[in-house]
Amino acid sequence: MTRHLKVDAPIPDSPLDHMAQGVLGKPVSRLEGPLKVTGRATYAAEARPEGLLYGVLVQAAIPAGKVLSIGDAPGAMVVIHDPRLIRYAAQGMATEGPTAGPDEVEYMGQAIAVVVAEALEAAQAAAQALQVTYEAKDVPVDPEAVEPERPEDKQSATGDLDRAMQDASHTLDQIWHTPSHTAAAMEPHAATAEWSGDTLTVRAGYQMLATSREQLADAVGIKPDQVRLLAPYVGGGFGSKLGINADSVAAAIAAQQLGRPVQVVMTRQQVFDLAHRRSETRQRIRLACDTQGKLTGIGHEALVSNLPGVSFSEPVTQATPFTYQAAHRQIVHAIARVHRSCAGSVRAPGEAVGATVFECAMDELAETAGIDPVELRLRNIPDTEPCTGRPFSSHKLAEALREGAARFNWSDRRPTGQRREGDWYIGMGVASAVRVNSLIESRARVTLQADGRAIVETDMTDIGTGSYTILGQIAAETLGLAVDRVEVRLGDSDFPPASGSGGSFGAASSGTSVYLACAEIRSQIAALIGCDEADLTLQNGQVRTGNVSRPLDALLTGELTGDGHLEPGKTEDTVRQATWGSHWAEIAVNRWTGEVRVRRMLGVFACGRVLNEKTARSQCLGGMTFGLGMALTEAMAHDPRDGHIVTRDLAEYHIPCHADVPPLEVHFLTESDTYVGPLHAKGLGELGICGAGAAILNAIHNACGVRVRELPATPDKIIAGLQS
Amino acid sequence: MKPFTYHRASTLTDRPAGATIIAGGTNLLDLMKHEVMTPKALVDITALDLNRIEAHGDGLRIGALVRNSDLAADPVIRRDYPLLSRALLAGASGQLRNMATTGGNLMQRTRCPYFYDTRMPCNKREPGSGCAAIGGVNRNHAILGASPACIATYPGDMAVALRALDAEVEIESPAPRQVPLSEFYRLPADTPDVETVMRPGEIITAVLLPAPAGGQQRYRKVRDRASYAFALVSVAAIIGMENNRIAHAALAFGGVAAKPWRDPGAEALLIGQEPSDTLFGRAADLILQSAGGYGGNDFKIPLLRRTLIATLRDATGMEATA
Ligand SMILES: Cc1cc2nc3c(=O)[nH]c(=O)nc-3n(C[C@H](O)[C@H](O)[C@H](O)COP(=O)(O)OP(=O)(O)OC[C@H]3O[C@@H](n4cnc5c(N)ncnc54)[C@H](O)[C@@H]3O)c2cc1C
Ligand code: SF4
Repeated sequence: MTRHLKVDAPIPDSPLDHMAQGVLGKPVSRLEGPLKVTGRATYAAEARPEGLLYGVLVQAAIPAGKVLSIGDAPGAMVVIHDPRLIRYAAQGMATEGPTAGPDEVEYMGQAIAVVVAEALEAAQAAAQALQVTYEAKDVPVDPEAVEPERPEDKQSATGDLDRAMQDASHTLDQIWHTPSHTAAAMEPHAATAEWSGDTLTVRAGYQMLATSREQLADAVGIKPDQVRLLAPYVGGGFGSKLGINADSVAAAIAAQQLGRPVQVVMTRQQVFDLAHRRSETRQRIRLACDTQGKLTGIGHEALVSNLPGVSFSEPVTQATPFTYQAAHRQIVHAIARVHRSCAGSVRAPGEAVGATVFECAMDELAETAGIDPVELRLRNIPDTEPCTGRPFSSHKLAEALREGAARFNWSDRRPTGQRREGDWYIGMGVASAVRVNSLIESRARVTLQADGRAIVETDMTDIGTGSYTILGQIAAETLGLAVDRVEVRLGDSDFPPASGSGGSFGAASSGTSVYLACAEIRSQIAALIGCDEADLTLQNGQVRTGNVSRPLDALLTGELTGDGHLEPGKTEDTVRQATWGSHWAEIAVNRWTGEVRVRRMLGVFACGRVLNEKTARSQCLGGMTFGLGMALTEAMAHDPRDGHIVTRDLAEYHIPCHADVPPLEVHFLTESDTYVGPLHAKGLGELGICGAGAAILNAIHNACGVRVRELPATPDKIIAGLQS
Repeated sequence: MKPFTYHRASTLTDRPAGATIIAGGTNLLDLMKHEVMTPKALVDITALDLNRIEAHGDGLRIGALVRNSDLAADPVIRRDYPLLSRALLAGASGQLRNMATTGGNLMQRTRCPYFYDTRMPCNKREPGSGCAAIGGVNRNHAILGASPACIATYPGDMAVALRALDAEVEIESPAPRQVPLSEFYRLPADTPDVETVMRPGEIITAVLLPAPAGGQQRYRKVRDRASYAFALVSVAAIIGMENNRIAHAALAFGGVAAKPWRDPGAEALLIGQEPSDTLFGRAADLILQSAGGYGGNDFKIPLLRRTLIATLRDATGMEATA
């Protein structure tokens, strides 16, 4: 039986608060952790089916034009130049494979063929020796050198911002630039494909199986039910594995043609070229406020880029309409069509760069207005969503700011440039954290076996986030079992389709479907023992109602199965759902070299119910580290002539290393959001990054008076602003 | 990677003609995978008896196979040549230093991204094809001693310290010869593919250090993250003070040229003087007299100046005050 829930109304009383097991929220260690640290969790590139062949992707060496001919590859079995090869990775949740046709090159590095051989080395050598001729075409690669598109539905204005700017007591009007970013997941994209008759099985790194399955079927030209995807372990995604990439398609086509399993693993350089990048952004922020620091005007203009015809555009201004109150508002969103690699979702698309820049602007306004930056934010928190007037599902920004200020000893912050230790200027900075929240349709099946053990099955993925563990905890809590009596099976498209991992919606969405499946089983247990589901207490394998208490396995005569099906409903529209928090940083700037060292950071977050204190904290630590990288180190450099990515390995693209990251502190506010389903849990994965970099950049200014508006704040940017 | 033959040498002369030496492999393997270097034959020298640090006159002889991590941790090096230890520890990562050898470190190739990208023209990789870094992304390129043919830097840290320490390179040729580090690297001029004075078939057997220089020794490396990144600029400084005046100065600079840079004029300018920011600024100006940027790396000129001043303030014991 399926228990279905469409979240049309708030659920004030969470049934999970009435469960007896007491395991939900606890810092349970990763269920699959031991497998991973002992190398027994096999990733896609480690699959070794009988008869495996190795495929290596061949990449275009021109920024745009046509492939005229592809030569032979001595030493390899075959060069496959199949029109079904995709031009770029599919966007998350797309249901079609992206434009096919490797003959049309749209960006440098595009996959145009795959070379297959018995040995990886032979395939690599043959791919490198391959002669390709092109007819090259001149194309623009600089987003600021073309006339951008301004889609009507992405512009909005209320009141008269120009007027507000003229009439204001204090204003801010500045431009920021953020560079292209890459997800930089540890596991490179890899796929192992095998056909059995006309059924295709692909083991690969995916974040969302249900839609990736449709994409792959569409690209290869078969039906979705002929495709089985397996992604039990995924070494990080951060957006880069939301949709299928060239590895899957190439492996599938090659395996089909050769009648043997084929594996395609991208090199690190190929991951840089072929995984979606986060678009670089140019952001102009205008702010106007009165003498008291009350905002009267907010303007946020974004310029992003993507390839012609690709619908995704970095939603830079996503949170701007509802974060702060102001009567006069304007949003401008422009898209430059240039031939850099394809842009898509990377680590909190939108707020990661949008909220970060906006929070830098708030800091500048606070300085201009002579108001403490925490206070300025507190004075501008709206009661209801500006523009629409909808209520917030819950709103913890003020509490996050107050709590953070106390915990971080914000009162120790000195005026700009006033704190020095030896050659180091010391500064403190703050930023609000905000991220939109959503649920995605999700299904799960739970089987309670006669021996009282439960099995959870859903095509949800665990991309290193802790899905196995929290889903196990939800089932254990609802069914009254110890966590080790629950087996969680994920990452198989034969299982009921879940939300997948992305956009911070995974835990709440798939978690709710697992809860619903378990609730269905609870009602079956209640029927067995002859009571109402509401009167049932399940704990440690015991079933209790009134004075009756029986062991679960004694009660069961066979297995019980429950299906759970969650659908987002009206609360998506009736309220504004978001997660909130605050970021705090204390940093040091070397007065000679301009090096910045982060000394401590604090993140205070409200994400509804915390499902597992440990995995939740890890998510936030990762997010804050991304923020640090965005502020200080990460930049993908494009060649100015052909747009290709120049910094395309992890020695040149600087993600923060251990020495960059100080002890990070994470504090969760107690919150339960009644509009997001029975779990009262919201997304968390991305909140940690949204604004974190701004706290650091604002701290740099507090330390040494330098505003860096071209991210990242590498030493050259700092010394340019320091006096000699 | 192109197929190659592999031979493990058991003696210094047990090396097939034309074979490329592989030591730790931390640089060569990457270059081979990208087919930037395509040797037909490899000779693995790691079984040779070249991994000792031993007394040599008043100084030391460091075998070419001594690993970077062992060298940095050696008690005599730490006591008498702290500059060398610090420079080594500022390089790469713990894992890489465990593999990297003294000889391989000296011979490591540039990190110019266009050099590693066989789609791009590069005079160093393919003489006569052009230089993609000029007019391209050249944030980490040279500001001193570059040529229109190539603006790449020598990227390493250890050699910068060795330059300030007046080290020599011992080469088996087959007769042994010794080359001062000052003459070991070559500026690009018209032949950026020729990076050192090493001739075909030669092997580095050791690095020779003169008697300890004493004084205050500093290695200051500025980079884009706190660790595990190549130098934007680095300064190796040995400063001896007498009566609050600079009595001895040796300065070498990394990340700015195709070789560790040294400027005797700037050192002479410091000798006999009382330390001051003005003095250090004058030394920096002298060094940077002929410096020029290529757009992305213009910042290295002020950055080198500032880093030199900071390092000299530190080495001369100037208070960290305004
Ligand atoms: C990600 C990364 C980051 C790094 N960061 C830094 C850094 O910050 N600072 C730094 O200084 N270095 C850095 N390195 C470079 C590292 O120090 C070198 O790769 C290493 O020192 C090379 O030593 P090896 O023994 O592995 O040389 P190999 O890779 O074995 O050889 C390198 C070259 O030297 C030649 N060679 C080796 N031994 C001899 C010999 N005895 N005689 C003649 N020729 C010889 C080889 O033929 C080859 O051309 C980094 C490397 C990587 C991969
Ligand atoms: S700077 Fe030198 S190494 Fe770099 S592309 Fe130019 S020639 Fe090649």
